[in-house]
Amino acid sequence: MDAMAIISIFVLAVFVGFEVVSKVSSTLHTPLMSGANAIHGVILVGAIIVADHSKTNLELGLSLAAIVLATINMVGGFVVTDRMLEMFKPKKNDSSKGGE
Amino acid sequence: MNSTLYSLIGLAAGVAFILALKGLSHPKTARRGNLIGAFGATVATLAVFFYGAPLNNLGWIVGAIAVGLVIGVPAARKVEMTQMPQLVALFNGVGGGAAALVAIVEYLNLGAQATTAEVIFTVFTVVVGCVSFSGSIITFMKLQELMTTRPVVFPGGRFVIAATLAATLGVSVWVVVALGTTPLLVLAVLSLIFGVLFVLPVGGADVPIVISLLNAFTGLTVAASGYVLSSTLLIIAGTLVGASGTILTRLMAEAMGRSLFGTLFGAFTAKPQEASGSAEERPVRSGSADDVAILLNYARRVVIVPGFGLAVAQAQHTVRELADLMLSKGIDVAYGIHPVAGRMPGHMNVLLAEANVPYDQLAEMDEVNPTFGQTDVAIVIGANDVVNPAAQTTPGCPIYGMPILEVNNAANIIFLKRSMRPGFAGIENELLYDPKTMLLFGDAKASLTKVVSALKAL
Repeated sequence: MDAMAIISIFVLAVFVGFEVVSKVSSTLHTPLMSGANAIHGVILVGAIIVADHSKTNLELGLSLAAIVLATINMVGGFVVTDRMLEMFKPKKNDSSKGGE
Repeated sequence: MNSTLYSLIGLAAGVAFILALKGLSHPKTARRGNLIGAFGATVATLAVFFYGAPLNNLGWIVGAIAVGLVIGVPAARKVEMTQMPQLVALFNGVGGGAAALVAIVEYLNLGAQATTAEVIFTVFTVVVGCVSFSGSIITFMKLQELMTTRPVVFPGGRFVIAATLAATLGVSVWVVVALGTTPLLVLAVLSLIFGVLFVLPVGGADVPIVISLLNAFTGLTVAASGYVLSSTLLIIAGTLVGASGTILTRLMAEAMGRSLFGTLFGAFTAKPQEASGSAEERPVRSGSADDVAILLNYARRVVIVPGFGLAVAQAQHTVRELADLMLSKGIDVAYGIHPVAGRMPGHMNVLLAEANVPYDQLAEMDEVNPTFGQTDVAIVIGANDVVNPAAQTTPGCPIYGMPILEVNNAANIIFLKRSMRPGFAGIENELLYDPKTMLLFGDAKASLTKVVSALKAL
């Protein structure tokens, strides 16, 4: 990939990252951090690529360790975020007070 | 699968991650946002299998993913909500470790063919990934209370840190110039040590900010490995997390009234605290559940301030019972939620939501603080640092400047505590000795149950 394209992607992604989370209430800080944490688990893709072209046992061993860790990060991250957010779903409250 | 289709799928996954972060920023769309992110990550992972088909070492790869699933899913499913912050720290750490390993393998694989730019990005990934890994392990141990939650500072600590940092940078240059396996391994070890030294001086209350920072770091390592592996998806995903993580870290620090610099280096500049040994012998006013019930019975407005101790005692349901009982007696009840109540911003909201506490009873700090003057009773349950007036009155104390819930303005204060032990930040709370304060010692759940039955009897 040519350097200019990479720099463009990088800079645009930085600004998108800044924009999407700039106004978030403190209630959601923890789930948002946890969700972002799960997203970087996509390093799993990188771990699979290096495992595919590993030439020695050392390389394969290290890349398999990376796959295990990345899977824990990605899948565990999304699951625990979902559990947190499950708590926020609207309640079917019989004694709804309709607070404004 | 041809490379155009593969790239398009990668792009779609990148868009999914943007939508995920966007969704996660609003309560109504948060859950959907997370699912969109999970969908994007799954599609991206499957696409690699089809693009490279048949993958070498396929059996090993699938096996390793299975191992990861077997470890990760039950951990995420079974964790108590009270312990969730340290699990997030751990997940972040293993992500950083994975990125570092990927960079090392790619470096070994490229050997002498690596371009200087690739080597520089590899060095960056190894250093930051290892710092994130070992630093996250330390934050995990602090939150799990496997080690002291106080800042760990040893004589000459800042010189040791500076020396480690200098050595890390020196070896980084060595790797770029000399290209070899040994310097890279030395670099990894040095970075791991630096990660430990970097987090040790951070006090317990500031740990969430550090987790968020390390999360942003891991994002950047993923972006850097994306460069080495020529993967646009990794660059986009990593950069998004790095950028949003940086903003989030700043927002968290602001919510806690801390500067990032103060969080990371405060322990080195803060004046040593005077010993508070004499304070523990001062008289306190402790009461019984009946005393508390009587006080509540004649109150018009009560504010409940829940803290981590409430969650540890699993008393969320009992506190809700007490609140319902007071409401039925015509008492005005609100929960005063500090932004960092619990262990992380928003943690307490999650814990109370789990106990079905109605959303409209939860009042944020800015909303509830002006009302303490008209509050008859403030009940502080298992919280300490977030109501400690030292944050406003004692310059130099570790929490100075942190916004607090001003329960000291209420007519009466009740503390439900297990003991006189100070809070997570390890600071004495003057409010405990205030004449208008009554202490009810014991497990929060047992105490609350007694108060509920005493109040019912009145």
